[in-house]
Amino acid sequence: MIRFEVNGRDRSIEVAPHHTLLEVLRADLGLTGTKECCLVGECGACTLLVDGRSVDACLVLAAEMDGARITTVEGLARDGELSPLQRAFLDTSAAQCGFCIPGQLVSAQALLDRVPHPTRAEVEEGLAGNYCRCAGYEQIFEAVLAAAEAGPGGPARPMAPEVGDRSSTPDARVAPQ
Amino acid sequence: MTVGESPARVGGVERVTGRQQYVADVHLENVLHVKLVALDVARARIDRIDGSAAMDVPGVRFVMTAADLPDPMPRFGPQLRDRPVLAVGETKYHGEPVAAVAAETLDAAEEAARLVRVEFEALPAVHTVAAARADDAPLVQDPALRPDDPRADTNVLREHRYAWGDSEAAEREAEVVVEGSYRFPMVTQFAIEPHAFMAAPDGDGIRVWSAIQHPNWLQRVIADLVQLPLSKVRIIAPDPGGGFGGKQHAKYEPLVAFMALRLGRPVRLVLTLEETFQAVRRGAAEIRVRDGFRRDGTLVFRDIDADYLIGAYSDIADRTVAKGSYTSGGPYNAPAVRIVARSVLSHTVPSTAFRGFGNPQQIWATESNMDEAARRLDIDPLELRLRNLARTGDPFIPGDTPADGEWPQALRRAAELMDWGGPVPAGRGRGIAVGLKEGPTTGLSYSTVRLLADGSVVVYAGTSDMGQGARTIFAQIAAHELGAPVEWVTVVMGDTAVVPYDQQTSASRSSVLMGNAVLAACREVQSKLRTMAARLEGVDQTAIAVDSGVVTLPDGRELPVRDVLVRGLGRLGGEVIGVGEMRKEAQPDHPLGGTAAFYEFNATAVEVEVDRETGDVTVCRHVTVSDVGKALHPGQVRGQDEGAAIMGLGHTLMEHYIYDDTGRLRNLGAIDYRIPTSMDLPLEMTSDVIENADGPGPYGAKGMSEGALLCVAPAVAAAVRDATGAVIRDLPLTPERVWRALNEEVPA
Repeated sequence: MIRFEVNGRDRSIEVAPHHTLLEVLRADLGLTGTKECCLVGECGACTLLVDGRSVDACLVLAAEMDGARITTVEGLARDGELSPLQRAFLDTSAAQCGFCIPGQLVSAQALLDRVPHPTRAEVEEGLAGNYCRCAGYEQIFEAVLAAAEAGPGGPARPMAPEVGDRSSTPDARVAPQ
Repeated sequence: MTVGESPARVGGVERVTGRQQYVADVHLENVLHVKLVALDVARARIDRIDGSAAMDVPGVRFVMTAADLPDPMPRFGPQLRDRPVLAVGETKYHGEPVAAVAAETLDAAEEAARLVRVEFEALPAVHTVAAARADDAPLVQDPALRPDDPRADTNVLREHRYAWGDSEAAEREAEVVVEGSYRFPMVTQFAIEPHAFMAAPDGDGIRVWSAIQHPNWLQRVIADLVQLPLSKVRIIAPDPGGGFGGKQHAKYEPLVAFMALRLGRPVRLVLTLEETFQAVRRGAAEIRVRDGFRRDGTLVFRDIDADYLIGAYSDIADRTVAKGSYTSGGPYNAPAVRIVARSVLSHTVPSTAFRGFGNPQQIWATESNMDEAARRLDIDPLELRLRNLARTGDPFIPGDTPADGEWPQALRRAAELMDWGGPVPAGRGRGIAVGLKEGPTTGLSYSTVRLLADGSVVVYAGTSDMGQGARTIFAQIAAHELGAPVEWVTVVMGDTAVVPYDQQTSASRSSVLMGNAVLAACREVQSKLRTMAARLEGVDQTAIAVDSGVVTLPDGRELPVRDVLVRGLGRLGGEVIGVGEMRKEAQPDHPLGGTAAFYEFNATAVEVEVDRETGDVTVCRHVTVSDVGKALHPGQVRGQDEGAAIMGLGHTLMEHYIYDDTGRLRNLGAIDYRIPTSMDLPLEMTSDVIENADGPGPYGAKGMSEGALLCVAPAVAAAVRDATGAVIRDLPLTPERVWRALNEEVPA
């Protein structure tokens, strides 16, 4: 049995010791916004935030998540309001098929939490772990830069910890993107 | 006016909130999880399959093998019914499943799949053109599958020959002949959504879920295989998470359908990315080009001889060969052309449609050869192309649709954006190329449009919205024609029980063909509104105009559609229904069965820098210009153009399947097969469009989703040569290949 917080809600759940966070979120909690693709930590489709840091959910065992604070794409909008990033993705036609978009959004949120006004190069690097095969990268970058331009804050901001606070990482194997 | 603007994508909110449901996100009660069993060899004779240990795993309900399927094995395929539901007797490529396990949990299915014992003997396999065409090559396909085919005892599935003009006379006329051999690798679609399939018994019928691009085609395949009427086969096709051609035709839908019917329960199969690599790829090709020119650069003949290496089952691969080769005379006025193109079967992953549909292979060869010719003739590569490019109305392929765009305008625009002819920064090189693709040759799309009592609209369209944004385009058309805000339009897709027939989502057809069907349905609604207004106002309906949501009466008064609707429907309410149909008729005497509905034309110019120490190629500037007729949604057009361009950089610079000597695929998955990431992009990307409203689609649109991929490779290779002098005729231009070319003696 683990207890963790998912998108602001306390959850207690029995997990199999070999199940990843991705499997538990999708299959056990029905949070299917986080996507499954490569399962080796390359494509970024399953990116989510663990205590404010971006993580590939396919590489993390759920059992390690006891006490963690998880934010998935479903947690980016607050009170029915899209976050500035989500709004910017719509405005720039950044989402094509959309399958990579949850991971892109979460990575971008982690970046903006860390660097509120990133340069284009910082955006490219911040999203380097998120494949987009529709390859809407240019429009995705524009969305992230526009969201940054629109100002700090945004609904997901309060969920972020102090920058570089490694002590909040539950396990060293939880690698940042 | 919503057409030509860029409203937020219909389905966009779902995509940015995680609420968009792809197949694997759909929850079915009481579902059994399926895991495939495959052998780690390229080809094998199956002697015995023992599922007993697998059945002992708690929760396992079934281990299906060929023996559990009808005899003879049901086979399917869009061109030739050669693909078995499960391998029978022999596996023909690395990854072909021999069995499938169904269990209560995925854990149990995976464990049991490992316990299925298969006794087999590895057999020799062919995975190159040379090996497959050797006299003593093992046959990939049982000749009995092609009883009337004289080539059935070879691995050549088909050979296509197209020719026009007097090639012999042209040979005599030519003053310079330029020849080259070019290779294009096997690459995979790599949609970020791995393929997923579900099936469930549905009363006296069946339901199948698949991220399929052609739901109605799949419906026919399933109905035929399980012997049910079409009305009892319901295909639910959630928006694919990327298709790129890989999701056009049936793969494991027949398997899950048979399992669901056998077990009487829903079943679910989600492929891993590795399994998806072993399910879909693009055809590799080896292409020889001979071009004859006069000294002034006039192209007088072109000869093409192409071998496409397709896989073990034909899927739609041979059609990509036929169609991709048919236009390989280029967008040029080549007076004498001889094209020979073969589909060569091999013990490899069945190749299928992939953005560009057989053309990128040919264009890599022909445009690289044009670049070689420019050098030999000492004519600027831009000038050489402009000299030969077909002008609007030119019958550049006799018997087909004449050139339907201002192609020189697009090429000149690309050159201008690249500052072609201007100073090139030290250490860099530039290349330019053009690409042409024949649009759909036949088509049939129906749409139903319902104008509801409050003026909002529901559009039914059987297109699959796999990211190209078809939903948004149809909503824009309906909004424009019926005067509703885009947000008031709902577009229903992806359910054959609800949505009328559409032939398919391919060949960049949907904005044109389904777009016209939606437009026709809207026009029928407008016609009914005219009748309504005539009755209400007591005037002659022929004197009433309905346009862009406004009803104009004979006396000049303008009424919003909604006013006429509300009054016209009266106390009972109701709605106005329109049905639209768009046909692109077949033409049986045409080599492709029909003429081009339109052409996709693209011009690409690039500037590169090559690291001579490592062979690494950096694309510094990338200019792509497509002739789109009319950009119905400029934001989405840009996404498609830039996305296609970047996908083209993938097969140009990094992507290729690697087989070992025995024919096993060695670079399965995301670690060993790289696609462009945000760190691999051109330092500067410029996409532009030519809009002359000269397309056959709504408001003058043409299809455009593939064009920007077509000629990326030859443009980049030309730029590498311009920068370094190295001539490379094999893709991809990996650092190793470029380094070797730089460090070996190569005639510049």
